[in-house]
Amino acid sequence: MAEVTAAVRGACQEYVWIAAMWVRSALAYPWSFWILVVGSALITLLDFVGLGLMFHTIPHLGGFGLREVALLYGASGIGIGVADLVIGSVEQVGLHVRTGTLDAMLTRPVPLLVQVCADRFAVRRLGRISQALVVFAYGAGSVDWTLAKVGLALVMVVSACLIFFSFFVAFSCIQFWTVDSTEFANAFTYGGNTMTQYPMTIFPREVLKGLTFLIPVAFVNWYPCLFLLGRPDPFGLPGWFAFVSPVVAGLTLTVAGLAWTSGVRHYTSTGS
Amino acid sequence: MTLIDVRDLARTFVVRKRSGRLGRTRTEVEAVRDLTFDIDAGEMVGYIGPNGAGKSTTIKMLTGILVPTSGHLRVSGLEPSTQRTDLARRIGVVFGQRTTLWWDLPLRDSFELLQKIYRVDPVRHRRNLQEYVELLDLGDLLDTPVRQLSLGQRMRGDITAALLHDPEILYLDEPTIGLDVVSKGRLREFLRTLNAERGTTLMLTTHDLQDIEALCDRVIVIDHGTAVFDGPLADLHRRGGSRRTLVVDLVDEAPPIEVPGASTRRVEGPRQWLSFPAGASAAPIVSAVAAAYAVADLSIQEPDIEDVIRDIYAGA
Ligand SMILES: Nc1ncnc2c1ncn2[C@@H]1O[C@H](COP(=O)(O)OP(=O)(O)O)[C@@H](O)[C@H]1O
Ligand SMILES: [Mg+2]
Repeated sequence: MAEVTAAVRGACQEYVWIAAMWVRSALAYPWSFWILVVGSALITLLDFVGLGLMFHTIPHLGGFGLREVALLYGASGIGIGVADLVIGSVEQVGLHVRTGTLDAMLTRPVPLLVQVCADRFAVRRLGRISQALVVFAYGAGSVDWTLAKVGLALVMVVSACLIFFSFFVAFSCIQFWTVDSTEFANAFTYGGNTMTQYPMTIFPREVLKGLTFLIPVAFVNWYPCLFLLGRPDPFGLPGWFAFVSPVVAGLTLTVAGLAWTSGVRHYTSTGS
Repeated sequence: MTLIDVRDLARTFVVRKRSGRLGRTRTEVEAVRDLTFDIDAGEMVGYIGPNGAGKSTTIKMLTGILVPTSGHLRVSGLEPSTQRTDLARRIGVVFGQRTTLWWDLPLRDSFELLQKIYRVDPVRHRRNLQEYVELLDLGDLLDTPVRQLSLGQRMRGDITAALLHDPEILYLDEPTIGLDVVSKGRLREFLRTLNAERGTTLMLTTHDLQDIEALCDRVIVIDHGTAVFDGPLADLHRRGGSRRTLVVDLVDEAPPIEVPGASTRRVEGPRQWLSFPAGASAAPIVSAVAAAYAVADLSIQEPDIEDVIRDIYAGA
């Protein structure tokens, strides 16, 4: 156990060192750095303006009001935002295979996943998280807060990060087999995020089932938010679904870990 | 002390090729097979062979980048493929064809990051960096991003990066490829010093027989994935029967030179070509020629590596 803790601490340290170096090197060109930050903040802001305009004409979406949708949108936005900030670079693994940088990484005393995730760490991805936080804070106005609800909200956000975390890693692993699979992976990660921005009630029942049991993004925000909002499940699914997000996160992380190790094994045993 | 222990090592690649409209044929390429050798601490070993012989594949297995198909492999007591990150602290790797540095970062930043991730003591790091920057003349290049460096400059940066953590073994895969004569000479000089002063074990693959001549006491020749020769360079020449050529420019035209140990192959005006066994020293022949004739200039031509390998097969 002590060994595992030491290994995890070491890996985190190494992550921070590599990420810090990329931040420093980006700051060497402050102009392009700030243009990117402002640009990505504007794009994400426009997203929300679009959503607001839509509500202006349709005050309810699938039976949910603006603040309630903001809560859903904010929670999943924080999740994918943090996951993208911390490990979004894992999407580039195919590029590392193609250009041979993966070989160089394999000669260094740092776990491969840490190196791939920390590569080209970009602070500008913070823009998206701050926007999601603002939206979440606005949505929080629709919740009758109790201590239990605050606790659940925290658990929800952490689980949301971890679930998107797993998605990024698991779907990027496909690139160890077929290098040009980023579009396919994006369909699941960003696609999953898009679907969680709306109340599930706008989708047919089959879609909800898929998003619960197959690609479990409904646990990112939908089930916990129903509890926060004090709403019964419109699809009649059990109320305790609100509390199992951490378990789902554990499951998706395990699957992602297995996918990663088998991807690396495939690479080191084929060399391409 | 045995540092690298290789027994019956084999590595097969499965290559799938499209054939016809739907079919795919599966062929196996035996990149390395029946490979056995061991290398002691402090040796400088040249690992040579024609293109596609399996040199890079061997290096990749020794570093843990590739998992062997079969066979026994230990480096510094570790199994590379399963103990890769532990092994990484003890070895340095340089690929001549591509950099292991961060393409967009200045050398200085790369070196600083390496100090951290290899957990090198800061004082030792500073001392090593200072020494290598001076020896390899990198002082003016530290703030240049790697992508803006010339091939020779990049190579010096890569070598420094591979050495900052004081590895026991340094692998160099084609380190002199594409370098000009002066850079090659400086690099060889540096590697010789490294081995002599720090005792670093060197294994280098190359096409250039002069790299081996300048550096290595021992050569392993690999062809079609397996070792066909392992021994001192002089033995390789003797076994292959290859010959070196002494080119003599006399002050005046003369009949063919006659000295013991060499035979005159060609005469063109005042210039004559003398051939002698590659394993023999050139010194007595040079002094015999200089004693008997008025010499304007002398030079020695080395045998070509492909010729030497061809000769091994011819002799075998
Ligand atoms: N990743 C790979 N996939 C398929 N075949 C490979 C791969 N890497 C090397 N080979 C094949 O293995 C053989 C040895 O290659 P290599 O070790 O690169 O030779 P060298 O470095 O001596 O030129 C060649 O026939 C090469 O085509
Ligand atoms: Mg090669």
